[in-house]
Amino acid sequence: MDWLSPEEWQAVALSLRVAFWATLASLPLGVLTAYALARWRFPGRQLLNGLVHLPLILPPVATGYLLLLAFGTRGPLGSLLEDIGIVFAFRWTGAALAAAVMAFPLMVRAIRLSIEAVDPKLEQASATLGASGPWVFATVTLPLVLPGILAGVILAFAKAMGEFGATITFVSNIPGQTQTLPTAIYTFLQVPGGETSALRLVVIAIVVSMAALLLSELVARRVARRVAGA
Amino acid sequence: MTLSVAIRHAFPGFELDISFEAPPGVTVLFGRSGSGKTTTVNAVAGLLKPEAGRAVADGWVLFDTERGAWLPPHRRRLGYIFQEGRLFPHLTVRQNLLYGRWFAAKGGPGEDMGRIVEMLGIGHLLGRRPGALSSGEKQRVAIGRALLASPRLILADEPLASLDEARKAEILPYFERLRDEVSVPVLYVSHSAAEVARLATTVIALQDGRVLRQGPAVEVLGDPTVTPLGARGAGAVLEAAVLRHHADGLSEIEAGGVRLFLPRVPHAPGSRIRVRIAAHEVLLSRREPEGLSALNILPGTIESVRAGEGPGAIVSVRTAAGTILSRSTRRSTEALGLAEGMSCHAVIKTVAIAPEGVGGA
Repeated sequence: MDWLSPEEWQAVALSLRVAFWATLASLPLGVLTAYALARWRFPGRQLLNGLVHLPLILPPVATGYLLLLAFGTRGPLGSLLEDIGIVFAFRWTGAALAAAVMAFPLMVRAIRLSIEAVDPKLEQASATLGASGPWVFATVTLPLVLPGILAGVILAFAKAMGEFGATITFVSNIPGQTQTLPTAIYTFLQVPGGETSALRLVVIAIVVSMAALLLSELVARRVARRVAGA
Repeated sequence: MTLSVAIRHAFPGFELDISFEAPPGVTVLFGRSGSGKTTTVNAVAGLLKPEAGRAVADGWVLFDTERGAWLPPHRRRLGYIFQEGRLFPHLTVRQNLLYGRWFAAKGGPGEDMGRIVEMLGIGHLLGRRPGALSSGEKQRVAIGRALLASPRLILADEPLASLDEARKAEILPYFERLRDEVSVPVLYVSHSAAEVARLATTVIALQDGRVLRQGPAVEVLGDPTVTPLGARGAGAVLEAAVLRHHADGLSEIEAGGVRLFLPRVPHAPGSRIRVRIAAHEVLLSRREPEGLSALNILPGTIESVRAGEGPGAIVSVRTAAGTILSRSTRRSTEALGLAEGMSCHAVIKTVAIAPEGVGGA
């Protein structure tokens, strides 16, 4: 990797790590939230829907500031979590949290749409054949929404890779700690002669995004073929 | 095993209030769409919770609202055959067939997979996915999937309604075999008189959420006061034995000592069959007709003459072969002076006996 300076490489590696963990850690909650919004009728459903979508419509800086208030070392959740050894403020974990929160609405939307497309009649059929609720979900619902989950994961990963505003507000822009790909590009553009570095990072961003997109297309097509039965 | 069901449930603009007994064999819930058939089956399956009612099979309580008992669907040991098949698109035919078995009680008496696959003729489909099957094949797999779940009760909600006539003719014999070879009671929803005539051991005739009449198929279908599809759908059922097949394409059958001819049936000589005679295909004559092209002329006595709301009337004639219904205009029944107790002849054209209304008894 001699065509990347150590600093540039650090930003790329950190971004991949942040995006990977942000996506993976939010996936179970994303599926649960999507399922709840798609299938359950409960008081406060609209409120939950609004909360999930809030990061999508709020200025990212505002989301970052809210995260700082809540998860900063003196924030109510931050100090609570610090007692059990989890620190978000000015760490890469904080960048991952910011990325996860920002990517969450995209993930939930994609999964929710695919859950809504599953015919509940198939789930009923599964129940009449002896499957209890969790088994219906595991053997019928989940396999059928796999393409949607995949789409949600790719979208969330891409969003997490590119997250800027909330990240820089919440955990700042510390090289090696919280300097991700977009914040690194921003930093290089601020210093004289940093443009080539910025350009190299932009190329990497394009390659990673395209690779993710192609991969998702490929897997989605395989899943679709399987379901179509050919 | 006898299933007894009582259900009361109000929908906007429609109230279901029924109770019936389903003895062993095929019990058909028979009526127009909107008469409450599917609601009833879904309540028995546990897919719909009725406001009040109970379903008990030989002391095994599926639900009883009075006692607050409610078994969830997955604990009811059902084999539910849906109208649209509802095969799992992401599983192969083999996995679909075995789906219910994953959840069935281990070590219980299970149907033999090989036997079911052979009975349904789906051995060559096992490796495929439902997307690659024809509608008739899908429905056969759906039947197999229900049977292989080792059910204590089989439910079928218009399983043939989504098929064309050719596919129906392909699947109906499997349901006849089901009735004759599988010991589990079958609750079958239908709005097709021909299906009822062929399959039903017991008929529950439903109209507007009420039970019009329940009993053995021959009795209920031969009752001119029970026309859940309206007078147009009326038709009696005769039970007969196949005597021989003639070279000119006709089959000769015998019912109560009377010989009848119908278009060639697939059943072997000696086998018992049921024949549905649509009421609008039966002519009545007060004298024995002569010089008529119809092959089947049955002497009998008029049991009742029932005028409908429109211009039509249904005449019920007791013959040696069984009760026959005839539908004609009120004008002609009045012109002939048809009345209860009068003797007359029922005339049935051979070609008017539809093959879809003929099945093994």
